[in-house]
Amino acid sequence: MIRVFLSRDAAAKALGAEAVAAALAEAGVTPVRVGSRGMVWLEPLMEIELGGVRHAFGPVSPNDVPTLLADPSGHPKALGPTEEIPFLAAQQRLTFARCGRIDPLSLADYEAEGGLAGLRRALAMSAEGIVGEVKASGLRGRGGAGFPTGIKWDTVRTAPGERKYIVCNADEGDSGTFADRMLMEGDPFSLIEGMVIAGLGTGATQGYVYLRSEYPDAIEVMSEAIRLARDAGVLGPSVLGSGRAFDMEVRVGAGAYVCGEETSLLNSLEGKRGVVRAKPPLPALEGFLGRPTVVNNVLSLATVPAIFEKGAEHYAAFGLGRSRGTIPVQIAGNVKHGGLFETAFGMPLGRLVNEIGGGTASGRPVKAVQVGGPLGAYFAPHQFDTPFGYEEFDGQGGLIGHAGIVVFDDSVDMAEMARFAFEFCAIESCGKCTPCRIGAVRGVEVMEQVIAGDASRIDLLTDLCETMKDGSLCALGGFTPYPVLSALKHFPDDFFPVREVAE
Amino acid sequence: MPLDTSTEEIAAEARAIAERLTPLEGPLLPILHAVQERFGHVPDAALRAIADVLNVTRAEVHGVASFYHDFRSEPAGRVTVRVCRSEACKSVGADRLLADVEAALGVTAGETARDGSVTLEPVYCLGLCACGPAAQVGERLLGRATAERIAAEVA
Repeated sequence: MIRVFLSRDAAAKALGAEAVAAALAEAGVTPVRVGSRGMVWLEPLMEIELGGVRHAFGPVSPNDVPTLLADPSGHPKALGPTEEIPFLAAQQRLTFARCGRIDPLSLADYEAEGGLAGLRRALAMSAEGIVGEVKASGLRGRGGAGFPTGIKWDTVRTAPGERKYIVCNADEGDSGTFADRMLMEGDPFSLIEGMVIAGLGTGATQGYVYLRSEYPDAIEVMSEAIRLARDAGVLGPSVLGSGRAFDMEVRVGAGAYVCGEETSLLNSLEGKRGVVRAKPPLPALEGFLGRPTVVNNVLSLATVPAIFEKGAEHYAAFGLGRSRGTIPVQIAGNVKHGGLFETAFGMPLGRLVNEIGGGTASGRPVKAVQVGGPLGAYFAPHQFDTPFGYEEFDGQGGLIGHAGIVVFDDSVDMAEMARFAFEFCAIESCGKCTPCRIGAVRGVEVMEQVIAGDASRIDLLTDLCETMKDGSLCALGGFTPYPVLSALKHFPDDFFPVREVAE
Repeated sequence: MPLDTSTEEIAAEARAIAERLTPLEGPLLPILHAVQERFGHVPDAALRAIADVLNVTRAEVHGVASFYHDFRSEPAGRVTVRVCRSEACKSVGADRLLADVEAALGVTAGETARDGSVTLEPVYCLGLCACGPAAQVGERLLGRATAERIAAEVA
């Protein structure tokens, strides 16, 4: 019996994986439904085990299925051994090591590929030792802020309180990012294991995954994985028979981008409007229901098992400067080879865009890339030698955010993108602080005047950006100036077309 | 929602849903999701019942329900079409796609067709950023979406 693997990732489904599954069923083949390997341009990606090695085929259409099953190696869609495909072979996968390889809902598969080894090690350690291990790994928050995870955990560990929480921020609303979704759909047990270890390290006994409603597949897989983990005793009153309790559940968001901001997320989780809270108090001290709470991104938590399995030193050996370990870069937008590429920090941006990503899908020149979601700066090709790292991007007036890269070809109008940044901010502003609530609306108006040819409004635009940057309570209002000002700085020609014609 | 569901029946069902979920820590969003799943929107009568069970004012429940894009105060069309407007999809023609879909379906983004057949909404990221432009028809996600594909899925 041949073994066939087919992705069940939402992107694979959106590109026709279910029709391929139906064709396989017709041929009497039941594929193992796995997560995505992250090569989205090859989805639906099918794998067939040949001589004990998985070979990839893609993108597969239902019509390919009969011929593929009859003669795999000679098929025009054959891509060779999956892990020798250059896009995969060039990666250093720690967080996504299992994603695409295993049935995401098989705890046995998970354990066979190193799963739960980290948790077993953590169970033999003190809380202080666990937090120390995370500190030593150099892991920083993968949601965007880059705050050292170990220090956050230590604050919760030493905070007084009977009941503490681990809240996973799975409100991945940034355009150009899909790593959280891919991980939850492809390797949900790694997130569960990471949250349990976080609980052991901080004394928290309850976890919540705040998952956006736009991700129905992730909600389904994550909820089922939690159920399976509970049945297997990984979650519950005695984690793996240790006598230590930890349980968790999924909570579904309701379509508010701002709830990706941690304090707004906590309000939402409490059943309130998702408005931002002023800090202090820090959520680590007064978080969910006023109790000590770790709020970490999916990737931060899902990386923890690998750190404990392989050791903090192993993890910290990857990376550049103060950006330790690996970063799952998401290459998106108008790009030939879009997908997830996990690599040690330090790879130059241009290599990710042109070499790994293969340049634009349209075949036209790359004009700009936006890194870090809708609040991230636009980078121009002359900045492409910037190494991928927190400080390095900051030095270029940008941020890595959740490590999404959106590629644009030369047909993009950067003034329109600046206008859109304000429009998005206006739609999604929680309304708590004035610079964001009013500033975003004024920003749209000013950009419309600029686009109509009134260059005299540029001073007002930069002034408005300064006010939003300095005066907003959170990153939504505070970072909207990043895309606006970077577009203005690097692509001034797009902002003054009328004046040029007049001259 | 069946047209003959009376205000009393809505209130009674919403009350039952709220009572079932009240033990959760922070029960209001799960309650609103459950109510919307049952009725297709969050009817006014349900707000009152939820407020009563949670012992908060109706204004507070309304404030929460109206904050989030997901919760509707009116029923949607029989099919809901969502077209992503975010940057990654804009880089591969999302604006043109939305305009084409508006033309194909005869409905403007953010509105429901007069005959109640379809609701068209913008959405800000479906997580399909490497295979845009992305859209969703009912439950079904579409990558590299075209207006023709979307119209065919709706029909």
